[in-house]
Amino acid sequence: MPVRVQTEDFDVARELALLRGDNRAVGAVAAFIGTVRDVNDDARVASMTLEHYPGMTEKALAAIVDAAKSRWGIIDALVIHRVGALAPSDQIVLVGVTSAHRGEAFAACEFIIDYLKTQAPLWKKEQTSAGARWVEARAADDDAAARWQAPREPAA
Amino acid sequence: MRDVEASTLSLVYLARLREAFGAASERVDAPASVTSVAALRVWLAARGGVWATELAPGRAVRIAVNHAVAQPDTPVHPGDEVALFPPVTGG
Repeated sequence: MPVRVQTEDFDVARELALLRGDNRAVGAVAAFIGTVRDVNDDARVASMTLEHYPGMTEKALAAIVDAAKSRWGIIDALVIHRVGALAPSDQIVLVGVTSAHRGEAFAACEFIIDYLKTQAPLWKKEQTSAGARWVEARAADDDAAARWQAPREPAA
Repeated sequence: MRDVEASTLSLVYLARLREAFGAASERVDAPASVTSVAALRVWLAARGGVWATELAPGRAVRIAVNHAVAQPDTPVHPGDEVALFPPVTGG
């Protein structure tokens, strides 16, 4: 159950191959890759700096992965989140999930990124044409995470 | 004056709050009355200036105690690491 916070870029194919390993029970691999957009809130983004809370970030990501594992019958999951200076089109985050069937992999992958965006102590600061600014949290992200809470879905 | 009941806390400020407060961390001797996250926030806001502004009631401030997300009634104990930060924006 690898969770990493790092400044360097990641190789998606390599990371997913490592996640799969040689486990022949894996029938589905779902992945989400978040990247830096060049425009946010109508301002051109020249670069971005990601700050985090060392020590807590890793624990928070591990807790989210644990929650996904206990909720869906997935085989394994991976989260890599970059910090430091990033430019438009750079990769920010990778979530990978392996499971026997696609349903669990898709759901767990979306759950992990939704919770990461509202729970993990990471912050984006953008350098834009209008100056430097901290990105504001979005209500839509809270809504996305909240929809996993209620109503309770039937037991699988 | 002996302050035997003071509680030494490690405070951590992140992102916008780190910039606003001009510090990434500090150690404080909080009075014995600071027994919860809510009480700590009120005590820090009483410093005035940017502290009062950023920690005013209604401002969205998240607080973690020893790396775990806290609620207003979460207790704080001597030696705890308490982090204050804005709503998160990773991903």
